[in-house]
Amino acid sequence: MRYMVMHYSNEANEAGAPPSPEVIAGVGQFMAEAAQAGVLLAAEGVQPSSKGARITLDGGKVKVTDGPFAEAKELIAGFAILDVKSKDEAVEHASRFAKIVGATQVDVRLVAEF
Amino acid sequence: MHDDPEPIRSIEAVWRIESARVIAHVMRLVGDLATAEDIAQDTFVAALKRWPRSGVPENPGAWLTATARFLAIDVIRRRDRLAQKQAAIARVPESTTFDVDAFDDDIGDELLGLIFMACHPILSPDARAALTLRLLGGLTTAEIGRAYLTTEVAIAQRIVRAKRTLAAANVRFELPDRTERAERMASVLEIIYLIFNEGYAATAGDDWMRAELCSEAMRLGRVLAGVVPEDPEVHGLVALMELQASRTPARTDPDGQAVLLLDQPRGLWDQLLIRRGLAALARAEELGRAPGPYTLQAAIAACHARARTADETDWQRIAALYDALSRVTPSPVVEVNRAVALAMAFGPSVGLELADELVAVPELEHYHLLPVVRGDLLDKLGRYAEARDEFLRAASLTHNTREQAVLLARAAECAAADAVPPD
Repeated sequence: MRYMVMHYSNEANEAGAPPSPEVIAGVGQFMAEAAQAGVLLAAEGVQPSSKGARITLDGGKVKVTDGPFAEAKELIAGFAILDVKSKDEAVEHASRFAKIVGATQVDVRLVAEF
Repeated sequence: MHDDPEPIRSIEAVWRIESARVIAHVMRLVGDLATAEDIAQDTFVAALKRWPRSGVPENPGAWLTATARFLAIDVIRRRDRLAQKQAAIARVPESTTFDVDAFDDDIGDELLGLIFMACHPILSPDARAALTLRLLGGLTTAEIGRAYLTTEVAIAQRIVRAKRTLAAANVRFELPDRTERAERMASVLEIIYLIFNEGYAATAGDDWMRAELCSEAMRLGRVLAGVVPEDPEVHGLVALMELQASRTPARTDPDGQAVLLLDQPRGLWDQLLIRRGLAALARAEELGRAPGPYTLQAAIAACHARARTADETDWQRIAALYDALSRVTPSPVVEVNRAVALAMAFGPSVGLELADELVAVPELEHYHLLPVVRGDLLDKLGRYAEARDEFLRAASLTHNTREQAVLLARAAECAAADAVPPD
């Protein structure tokens, strides 16, 4: 079963501050471990919202707002997709990731499959 | 820090993630599988006792390995003392005691040793698969039973017998030398692909665990690719499995009936797995050696994966790949597939030329797909009476009632076409 692991942004991230060397090393370590375990299917970091856009529908009309958006901690900073045997395994991998990068919040969501 | 005790579930999850490496490390120290498993089990029990109160340690893998080593060293010392006593009684020279620190930590080598042991050629393929899933996949015997549509007891017995066979043959932890390595690797790849195909055969009503075998096989393949990145066939096997698995969402129609590859809606193919499969294939091909059977089969699967529609399929490339495959692993079934590819690439008469030759092959006497292929090609060439005969023959060879109906319908169509006077 696949789980999406999402970690959330913070003010520094949104301001475009590059991640610290520790975080970079930590992410690298997590990816290597997950890949070694054969469970990592995909992983991407997502750039500050200033480089993106938000689309809202208001009464059928599309409204596009360029970033940055207000609440940094509600924004995803990156995700990984893991193929594991149980939610508990996904949670374990995600917990290790959270500790390594010092994330305040990491969500684990079951990916819908056919 | 936790206020509530660490739930057993999360400790079990940690164990599932770490157990293969722990068993592998201990096995390297003590040499035999049975002892290694006992020590691993004791290690797990130790974690179950400590972690509910202390929480999962910062580095659970290191904690488990260190605990396992401690237990292993104790076992080795007791064994050595016993050997010394026996030597003294028998008045033979003592063997040197075991130097635990002489090993440098190579997780890759240890895992590889464990994989080779689980896939040892003296075991039957069923035993190898069960042992691999248990030791490397961390599946419980109950889960393996569900996956193989048998009982937990049957699997437990299979595993016990396998371990006895290994012990009786005094199979120890070892990394095969270069001469044996290729053959032993072939055995490992065979088992992983067997596990994959067991899962691929799962039908809609089956236990979830059965289809999960595909994921388990892919995980094992990826782990192996991490441990032996220089072996192109490992990447080839991973590519083949990922590309095959990418089609799973399209393989059955809403009624649960099988849909042929060329008829599958390609929008349903899993692009993530396709991307990964193509990347694994590229790694296999980059390693530069003449492609082996898994890499070739993956390359064929990649041709399908790259074509946005069935019409865009590069059949000439597929025909060339089947040609190469038939030289690397000659097999009558490969030849049938080659005939299909030749027909798609160069026209029905070219394919039929080969298909006609295959009629004489004894192994294909009851292979219903050969008359299906011949019937299809004869139909395309306007030889309707002969085509009808082939479809009837195919219908008589298959046990699948729905397939029979489809083939009989085709036979009827050919008969009708035959009855129409030519222009």
